[in-house]
Amino acid sequence: MIPRIAFAALVAALAGCASTAERDPRDPFEPLNRGIYRFNDKVDQAIAQPVARTYRRAVPGEIRDRVRNFFGNIGDFFIGVNNFLQGKFEDGVSDWARVAFNTTVGLFGIHDVATDMGYEKHNEDFGQTFGRWGAGPGPYLVLPLLGSSDLRDGIGTGIDVYTDPLGEVRPYHLQYGLWGLRFTQLRADLLDASRILEEAALDKYVFQRDAYLQRRRSLVYDGHPPREREPEEEKGTEDDKDKKPR
Amino acid sequence: MTKTRSLASAALLAVLASVTPLRAQEESPDQLVKTVTLDVVDLIAKDKEIRAGNRAKLIELIDAKVLPHFNFSAMTALAMGRSWNKATPEQKKRLTEEFRTLLVRTYASALAAYSEQKFDFRPLRAKPTDTDVTVQVRVLQPGAQPVPIDYSMEKTAGGWKVYDVMVGGVSLVANYRTEFNNVVRDSGIDGLLKSLSAKNRSGLEAPAAPAAKK
Repeated sequence: MIPRIAFAALVAALAGCASTAERDPRDPFEPLNRGIYRFNDKVDQAIAQPVARTYRRAVPGEIRDRVRNFFGNIGDFFIGVNNFLQGKFEDGVSDWARVAFNTTVGLFGIHDVATDMGYEKHNEDFGQTFGRWGAGPGPYLVLPLLGSSDLRDGIGTGIDVYTDPLGEVRPYHLQYGLWGLRFTQLRADLLDASRILEEAALDKYVFQRDAYLQRRRSLVYDGHPPREREPEEEKGTEDDKDKKPR
Repeated sequence: MTKTRSLASAALLAVLASVTPLRAQEESPDQLVKTVTLDVVDLIAKDKEIRAGNRAKLIELIDAKVLPHFNFSAMTALAMGRSWNKATPEQKKRLTEEFRTLLVRTYASALAAYSEQKFDFRPLRAKPTDTDVTVQVRVLQPGAQPVPIDYSMEKTAGGWKVYDVMVGGVSLVANYRTEFNNVVRDSGIDGLLKSLSAKNRSGLEAPAAPAAKK
């Protein structure tokens, strides 16, 4: 269902090609993206935020940790798959060890016992795998309801959702309930971050876009991206010198 | 919490013990980050008013404890990129002031949100002769990948100073660059000054909103 929305957005974005004077080469569909961004923001303020706030008020932190762990455990299996696809076999084995321990000892994943055993949680998805294989981000895209993405990550997200174990859950009303809970938990975890965005940004759209692109680039390289060429900066400032990426 | 406090005081003691008056700025950058972080987190934990959402007091605390270790003119210059050289000295001064206010407010929100998390201070990977280093801290959250916070620091006459903060791979300074340059292109340096101060003032009018914590 959601991949179809993603593809609809993609088609719409490509159709809106002939846009006005482009400013940022990374964001050729800016006018359309801004439109979708405004729409998403409205939905977020009208529905997602109130639900997340109520959830956070009504459910104790201890229980929310369990919920986050439960869905985190479901995600770990394909995080492992992505690590294997990227040739990071040690990480992949560690991810699958997490699934094994957390599903059993951790009672279907509600307790993250694996972290305490030294198996750290990773952040991987198909978008990152494509990036690791050499695919650039392509144009920046704002997907309806799903938010910040780009061509590479949009396709990646489609595969993430298609392969998600939640999709196997029957009956359907249980499956949709679980999706709802997962998004609520996710939005609740992001309440602080989105408030900080409101405070930090002069132009929320630009700030979020740049943060997204920086963040994804960092994730593709597991926190150690190669230096980017900057348009040369001014004397007298200590321009980004080596960030020492190990 | 007691653990954090004893850790903080242990760190503080260790620092005090190692610092002789002549070598005051020889404190290593990673030690500095650790001391300041634990100190601030501890002060917040002990302060009922701040935890109840008193922003003014939190900002006061940041002013006193954190700001002396930041190099704001370097941060502003980096965030402005090419536009920095178009500014007059007077404009530079005001830009730095406004950007500083904005960053402090943002930082206050971040602190209020995350001060109860656990921190993992990574050992510094640098030679003793280095004058530009990255100090790595990780914020640990249950059921999620740790969030790395990297402080880019430079050795100056006044000790080690932070000139950029990277959160989860996102450089704060770089993230403002496009925004700033867009405004400068549309309405010049004065336009940027105007929108920065408007942004900073808008926060003062609605101080109640961020208090809605937990």
